[in-house]
Amino acid sequence: MLATLNRYLRIYAALWKNSVTREMIFKSNFLLWIVVELLWFGLQLSLIGVLYLHTDHIGSWTKWQVVMLIGASHFIQQIFQAFFLINCTNLSELIRTGKMDFLLLLPVNTRFVVSLRQVDLGGFVNATSGLAVMAYAARRLDLFPGFAHVLGFLGLCAAGILIHYSLMFLLASISFWTVRAQGMVWGYYNLFQIARMPDEAFRGLFKVMFTFAIPMLLVSNVPVRLLVNKLTSPLYLVALLAMSVICFAVSEWGWRMSLRRYTSASS
Amino acid sequence: MKKYFHVINIGIQNNLTYRFNFLMRTLFGLIPLVAMLYVWRTIYEGKGAGSMVGDYSLAQMISYYLLVSVVDALTAVNEDDWQIATDIKDGNISQFLLKPIDYLAYRFCLFVSGRLTYLAVAASPLALFILYFHKYFVLPADFTTLGWFLLSTALTALLQFFMSYTMAMLAFWVLEVSTFIFILFAFEYIASGHLFPLNILPRGVEQALYFTPFPYQLYFPVSIYMGKTSGMDLFRGLLIQAAWTTAAYGLARFAWRRGIKKYSAVGG
Repeated sequence: MLATLNRYLRIYAALWKNSVTREMIFKSNFLLWIVVELLWFGLQLSLIGVLYLHTDHIGSWTKWQVVMLIGASHFIQQIFQAFFLINCTNLSELIRTGKMDFLLLLPVNTRFVVSLRQVDLGGFVNATSGLAVMAYAARRLDLFPGFAHVLGFLGLCAAGILIHYSLMFLLASISFWTVRAQGMVWGYYNLFQIARMPDEAFRGLFKVMFTFAIPMLLVSNVPVRLLVNKLTSPLYLVALLAMSVICFAVSEWGWRMSLRRYTSASS
Repeated sequence: MKKYFHVINIGIQNNLTYRFNFLMRTLFGLIPLVAMLYVWRTIYEGKGAGSMVGDYSLAQMISYYLLVSVVDALTAVNEDDWQIATDIKDGNISQFLLKPIDYLAYRFCLFVSGRLTYLAVAASPLALFILYFHKYFVLPADFTTLGWFLLSTALTALLQFFMSYTMAMLAFWVLEVSTFIFILFAFEYIASGHLFPLNILPRGVEQALYFTPFPYQLYFPVSIYMGKTSGMDLFRGLLIQAAWTTAAYGLARFAWRRGIKKYSAVGG
């Protein structure tokens, strides 16, 4: 068990080294993408700024609580992006070109290599801008979270990232059926947009669907609720943790189903 | 002229292959829209019955977003800019330099065919969606308003296309244009009224935005439809919109001519 873990860690370290080298080849591009992400982040913040020009609460969420939510959501999304996003989107390319063959032949778990082959270092840089905004919002809210709070927050973020990854990976697996799955990434960006909205704005079928079917309303709302002392019920925690496990299980099932359909490409 | 009809025809057939993709785009695109509507409803409820945001009632606010999605479906550039940039980068434009076909006109035909196919696919989900919100969906005041709205929407489509085309021309000079496209897109997204109607912004900010082409890429036709822009403002706005469109066209032509001089047909 320990030997396997050790082996996988060593493989992952090698993948990291590869990615760093790759990024450093296109340094200016690397920096430009950071600018792009910063710009979009600023854009979301300005939307909140405009909304709160005309109201002082959405449900019970105040301005700086929502700013905290936007920051946390950005942080979660960027960490997800750093580890998983490119790999998920590359899957359709691997299938289209038949490069999947080589990965299937490697003596490691295929899902592991497919999911973690590349690391997007820019994601880590961008995640810090999310943290910076959160820190500022915390000051405005007079919050001084203790060590346990922060640890709990990070744990919940990890559950949120697992949900993002599982859903995206499941979507990517669809490319085993329709090879052109470019619209997929774009589609998922739309879902991210819900993740940064305060959950109390929603109700009815929409709320049920995006809590229990596609749990976007849990991913960043629950960690922030913990941080800003808004956890009115322990059910939030249960829902987030349970949904992350379920999503992962479903994505594993979908992945195995899809893999069976793989017939390679004429090369 | 006939050859360009052929291009439109081929473009439509090509696009229809990806109808599933288009359908997914439309459906996914509705999700953040619905979310935004929910947020506004909650804000209005929090403010109390009959309250206004700027000069919008809740019904008008919902209409605004519905109209934005309609105009967007009619005018948004889909993947044209990426494709143009790839054509340049991969040397595919060499063949157009040899043939009696104008590349800008060719791309414009493909843009039109893309919009037509998108509409064909998106029409039914979009119509169902609007039907669901029908009690909020206001009709334009009269036929003249509708006419000005359609004219302005056509100009919006042209402006969107020429601006994207010009951006894609950057591919002659830089290897990776997608970052630049995304940067422009970010400005378009917020300053064209995608996220919220521009006239709920503080007065000064709104005024400043009118010095950029962005409001004319989406907000302006919607504001005509909703009767927020009329009279002298309408005509002045249309003139400015036409001016931006012409300027973008000129810039597109200019960038192409300069680009061709530098072009070395990599891999062509």
